[in-house]
Amino acid sequence: MTSLAPEPLTAASNPPTQPLESNLLPTDVRRISATAHVPPPTRQLTEVAKLIDVSKCIGCKACQSACIQWNDTHPEVEENVGIYENPHDLTPDMFTLMRFAEWENPETNELEWLIRKDGCMHCEDPGCLKSCPAPGAIVQYTNGVVDFISENCIGCGYCVKGCPFDVPRIHKTAHVSKKCTLCSDRIAVGQGPACAKACPTQCITFGPKEEMKALAAERVEDLKERGYDNAGLYDPQGVGGTHVMYVLHHADKPSIYSGLPVDPRISPLVEAWKGPAKKLGLMAAGAAFLGSALHGIFAKPNEVSEHEEEEAEELYEDIVHEAPEASGGEAHGPVASGEEAR
Amino acid sequence: MNVNLSRRSFLKLAGAGAAATSLGAMGFGAAEAAVAARVRPFKLVTTTETRSICTYCSVACGIIMYSNGDFKAGEQAELVHIEGDADHPTNRGTLCPKGAALKDFIRSETRTTVPRYREPGGTAWREVSWDFALDKIARHIKDDRDANFVETNDAGVTVNRWTTAGFLAASGGTNETGWLTWKTTRALGLLPLDNQARV
Repeated sequence: MTSLAPEPLTAASNPPTQPLESNLLPTDVRRISATAHVPPPTRQLTEVAKLIDVSKCIGCKACQSACIQWNDTHPEVEENVGIYENPHDLTPDMFTLMRFAEWENPETNELEWLIRKDGCMHCEDPGCLKSCPAPGAIVQYTNGVVDFISENCIGCGYCVKGCPFDVPRIHKTAHVSKKCTLCSDRIAVGQGPACAKACPTQCITFGPKEEMKALAAERVEDLKERGYDNAGLYDPQGVGGTHVMYVLHHADKPSIYSGLPVDPRISPLVEAWKGPAKKLGLMAAGAAFLGSALHGIFAKPNEVSEHEEEEAEELYEDIVHEAPEASGGEAHGPVASGEEAR
Repeated sequence: MNVNLSRRSFLKLAGAGAAATSLGAMGFGAAEAAVAARVRPFKLVTTTETRSICTYCSVACGIIMYSNGDFKAGEQAELVHIEGDADHPTNRGTLCPKGAALKDFIRSETRTTVPRYREPGGTAWREVSWDFALDKIARHIKDDRDANFVETNDAGVTVNRWTTAGFLAASGGTNETGWLTWKTTRALGLLPLDNQARV
C-alpha cells in the first residue's frame, strides 16, 4: 500500500525513492485546452510558485544544468558567438535559459549586468492553453502548474503565438511543443523543481505562492534599503498573476531585463480568434446548415423545358462537327515547325 | 477497400459530417473527448541512493547518486541521476553547474575507470590491475625513501624527513580522511603535502 505524497513546501529536500501515490491527479486539473466542459476539480491544492530573485543571481547556469539532468534533455552543442547565453535561445531541449543584459543606469552612470532566468511563467490565465486547438495537450492544475501533455500535442505552434512571454518551442523531429513543466513530476511527490534545488545562491526559491510573496516583500524591502528605490515583485496581473515570479531591482522597467514584457497580455488575435471569431464562425455554420435544410425542403429540382433540350442538341451537334477540323489543323503546326528547326 | 460512392452521396456524407462536428463545437453532445492528464512518472522510484562527495573542487559538496540495481547486493548498477544532498552541511542540496551535470561526467565514455600504466620509455598505455598499480607505487615509495630519507641534519639533530617525494591529496575529503592523510604522510616523514584546491 503506497501512501499519498505530501504537497510540496520547499525545493531544499531530498526526493523520496519509495513508491508514493502521486499528489497531482487528473482530477486536480482546472483547465484543459480545446475543452469547454472540464469537470470541477474535487479539491483545491495549495497554489505554488517559484520566486526568482534577479538581484541574487550570479549567472552560473546551475539551474540549466539541473534542468537538463532532471528532464533528460540533450541540447545540442552550439558555436560560441561571443555572448553568454548558452544555448542562444530557449529550445525544445532547453526549458530554461539565463539571459544576460548589460544596462547602463542613467542615474548612476554605472554599468549593471542584469541576469534573468527565462522560462515558462506558469500564468494564471495561460495564453498557450487558450490558443491550443488540441484537446488535452495543455492542462492547468489547481496548484497553478501549466503542463504540456506531449501525447495529445499536434505540434501546430499556436501556443508559441499565444504565449505572452514567447516561451514554448516546437521540437523539429518529434513535432511536439516543449517547455518547463515546473517539474510537475517532482511536485507530484512533494518536491520542488530541480532548478530551485540546485541554485547555489538560493536566488530561485520554491513554495506556496503566499509564502513566496512574503519572501519577495522581505527582499524588496532589503533592496530598497540598499538604494534600489524601484525594487519590486514581478507578478503581472495582465495574465492573472504568474506562478513563476521575479524580484527585480528595477521593477519599473522590466524590459531592461532582456525584454521582459512590461504588461504581458494574451494577444488580442488569440482572444478574438478563440472568442468572437469562433462564435461568428459557429453561427455561420449553423446558418448554412439551417439554410441548406430549408432549401432541401422548399426548393424544387430544376426543370428542363423541351425548347432548352432542342437548343442543347443543336449546340452539341455544332461542337462535334467543328471539333476534328480545328484540332487537326493545330496538331500539325508544332510538328512541322519542329522539323524545320532541325 | 472499395466503396461505391456516387458524387451525390459523397456530398451528402460530407455535409452530414460537417453538420455533426459543427453541432459538437456548438456544445451539443460530448464531442470534446475528455483526455486524462498525467504527469511524467517519478523516475527515482525504487532506485538505490548512494551518498558521495562531488569530485570537482575543494568545496566538497555532498551529493546523492541514484542508481537502478543495488551495487552492494552484487547487482550491476546503472547510474540514473545525481543531485545535491539537502542534508549535507556544505551545500544543503545546492550544486554548481558542473556538479549539477555530474551524471554526464560519470557516464562519459572517455572517463578512466581502471589504472593504466606506461613503462619508462614506453609510448603506449596499458590497463593494469589495482594490485599491480598499488604494488608499483609501494615499491617506488620504499626505494625512494630508503635512498633519500634524512634522519639527522648537519647539526646532528634528529629530523626524520623525506623531501624527495610529495603527496597530492584530494581536497574534497572529510575531516576523517584529512586526519588519515596527515598521519600517513607524516609517519613516512613526507613533508610536501598538498591538494588540488591550491591551483
